[in-house]
Amino acid sequence: MKPLILKAKGLEAWYGPARALHGIDFEVEEGGVTAILGANGAGKTTILRALSGLIRRSGDIRFRGRAIGALATEDVARLGIAHVPDGRGTFVDLTVEENLRLGAYARADRQNIRADFDRVAGLFPRLAERRRQQAGTLSGGEQQMLAIARALLMRPTLLMLDEPSFGLAPLVVAEIFRVLGEINRDEGVSLLLVEQNASLALDLADRAVLIETGRVALSGPSQAFRADDAVRRAYLGY
Amino acid sequence: MADADRAPEALITLAVALVALAFPFVASGYHIYQGAQVLIYAVALIGLNLLTGFNGQISLGHGAFFAIGGYGAAILIVKFGVPYWAAIPLASVVCFAAGFLFGFPALRFGGLYLALATFALALATPQILSYTGFDSFTGGSQGLTLVKPHAPFGLGFNPDQWLYFVCLACGAALYWAARNLARGRIGRALIAIRDQPIAAETMGINAPFYKTTCFGLSALYAGVAGGLSAIAVGFVSPESFGLPLSLAFLVGIVVGGLASLGGVLFGALFIEFVPNIADQLTVSFGESAKALPGAIYGALLILVMAAMPMGVAGAMRKAADAVRHGRAPPRATEVDKDSGASVAANYGGKEESP
Amino acid sequence: MGEFLHQLASGVALGGVYAIMALALVMIYQATQLINFAQGEMAMFSTYFAWKLIDSGQPYWFAFFATIVASFVGGVAIERLIVRPFANAPVLASIIVFIGLSLIFNALAGWLYGYSVQSFDSPFTGKPLFGAGYMSAHEAGSLVVTLAVLILVYAFFRFTPLGLAMRAAAQNPTSSRLVGIRVGWMLAIGWGLAAAIGSVAGMMAAPIVYLDPNMMGGVLLYAFAGAVLGGIDNPFGAAFGGFAVGVLGNLVGAYLVGDEVKLSVALAIIIAVLVWRPSGLFGRRIVARV
Repeated sequence: MKPLILKAKGLEAWYGPARALHGIDFEVEEGGVTAILGANGAGKTTILRALSGLIRRSGDIRFRGRAIGALATEDVARLGIAHVPDGRGTFVDLTVEENLRLGAYARADRQNIRADFDRVAGLFPRLAERRRQQAGTLSGGEQQMLAIARALLMRPTLLMLDEPSFGLAPLVVAEIFRVLGEINRDEGVSLLLVEQNASLALDLADRAVLIETGRVALSGPSQAFRADDAVRRAYLGY
Repeated sequence: MADADRAPEALITLAVALVALAFPFVASGYHIYQGAQVLIYAVALIGLNLLTGFNGQISLGHGAFFAIGGYGAAILIVKFGVPYWAAIPLASVVCFAAGFLFGFPALRFGGLYLALATFALALATPQILSYTGFDSFTGGSQGLTLVKPHAPFGLGFNPDQWLYFVCLACGAALYWAARNLARGRIGRALIAIRDQPIAAETMGINAPFYKTTCFGLSALYAGVAGGLSAIAVGFVSPESFGLPLSLAFLVGIVVGGLASLGGVLFGALFIEFVPNIADQLTVSFGESAKALPGAIYGALLILVMAAMPMGVAGAMRKAADAVRHGRAPPRATEVDKDSGASVAANYGGKEESP
Repeated sequence: MGEFLHQLASGVALGGVYAIMALALVMIYQATQLINFAQGEMAMFSTYFAWKLIDSGQPYWFAFFATIVASFVGGVAIERLIVRPFANAPVLASIIVFIGLSLIFNALAGWLYGYSVQSFDSPFTGKPLFGAGYMSAHEAGSLVVTLAVLILVYAFFRFTPLGLAMRAAAQNPTSSRLVGIRVGWMLAIGWGLAAAIGSVAGMMAAPIVYLDPNMMGGVLLYAFAGAVLGGIDNPFGAAFGGFAVGVLGNLVGAYLVGDEVKLSVALAIIIAVLVWRPSGLFGRRIVARV
């Protein structure tokens, strides 16, 4: 078994008094890709929010063996976990360049930032063209690229994405997933991917977890998911 | 509401009434005056509480309506020879109109901006009152002097006592009216507008009407109090109606308990006697003791908001509940008897964050 | 004509003071959606601090900068200790807390320094470098100082990483946290900055309005009017509004209603703007989502 970059055991989460996650177990391998699948409202976004400390949570969450279940959001981020939230979380009133600079804000290794900017410009040439444009005026696809670029500028070891395909045209989605694959293969950035588009996610992922109403319904290698009849019919549409 | 709850409340009301009635016969002139001031402040606080406590419209400028009532009554009495028992109601009608009219633009502002606008109103009031253009009516910066009325029909009270009873009668009547209002349909509408304005509108509550009327009503109460105060004090001058007065009213309803009519008595006692005690302390400690009321007010505002968002009345009720039911009082949503709504959820300290 | 220019010039100078107070208000509003009712009293207290330093023999400019630094620290402390606990409380609770703060500062000043009016000497004396004849030396100097503050603050937010992080934290706290920005400290620094620039406003105003615990009430009101006029969520608007109120107040006071009711002019501006164009001249249109 490869070493784990993230391991969650018995993860529970609450929105106020209402419990949304009832004890989730899952893991992400070092350099691997784990997909979190499930229908609307199943709790997928909640998992990422819980990991980032945006909502009340409990359970054993370990990042490279270190317990992070009690850390504040900004401290989780500073450990190298980049969370691209649902809705992109773009700073809409700031320029593209300012958005990117914010990604690098908390980094300790200032000397590598220039190189990372160049790399990101290479991955997303459209963003480089629009550096001075106000981020809120970008198209949906461009904002998604911006969000990922900003996350990459944190030089994360774990990149968590919440529905990166949401509301985007198929060509744009394909481009984004190609880039994600490239980041994972070439730089070893581990990915935790929440997706409603199960087929796309399973193509990229090596492990998958199926969430139903706040509980794990199925988990295992992604090939097993593809092979599973129930999953196929319910989530893959054939 | 269970009958068991009504009994102690009725007893307390009776006890307070008895004390209030007996008071002027056992106290001396100055203390009777103070007692009258407490009643006057209580009336003003009821007005402010209706607006801010029950209806959620923040007013940091109620001193202005108090001033309109005071100056209005004084001008009618001194310049037009109107007897006091007519001057005060007339002035309070003017106040109602002023409050009602102010309520219209207030509809456009949110809570924060209304606070800002009323804060500005409080700051500007003394200047407006001492405007030389109005001098012939207002007496300019000197103000106007009034004479205390004598008891009618040869009743054996001295002017101090008579004034006290007038204040007591007005206070009791206005309190009774406010209480019925608060516990009835109108009160519930006001609270609904405060807590869930959009839902209230979709349920057919005409929010603009209620809000402006509430403003007018609360101004009316302040105006009555102002008129009575003008007579009690014996003069009106611009400096007595500035920001400190409006802030004192705020302190009064916060200490007594937002949306708690019963608490206004605590609030009134508080704002009458704290400056008094501070004044007495200046004798021993010198000029710097002048700072005491402000410091106490300020510290209390913060502490009450942090620890006792429902003021003294709320804290006492909590304690009484705990004693009666033998368990901890309800936490996240507290139901206030008078307002029947989740007051703490709206005015309390930290809410539970997800 | 000469009189008009004089009123105009001194209105602009006063406007500078209002502009930086308005800026302080807007900074806190942008970060917290709250109006700091205690801003005036905090500035007054800072001014007394400066006065005490000068009184004990320190040179003016040392006292000036020391006060700015001390006010910054004080602002940070206030945010952490008093404002932070009420971060999730309803608006009314925060307003009450701010009023409480203003009462405490007022009382503290009265207790520590007494209630008698003090004079506060301006560091700018003799003939002013510009605007001679229409502006006093202090007005000219004050204008330069306030413009410098406005430019420095602009540059800070526009060009420095910390300024960028603070803007981000104000606009989108959640996303800011996700990139590792310590939003809590950004708020505290914002308060510190607001307190610092408020102290400059107080020190520039003191030679004109004289030093007493109630000196900043009027200034605060004009600053409110300026911020509302310019747009309470727009720093440029607030600065513009401050200057506009300064000039308008002087002109209306001199030619229309007399100096004594200038405060009512401010009140009228506030109400008029809130009724007809609540977002101010340059603010964002506020849409209430149902």
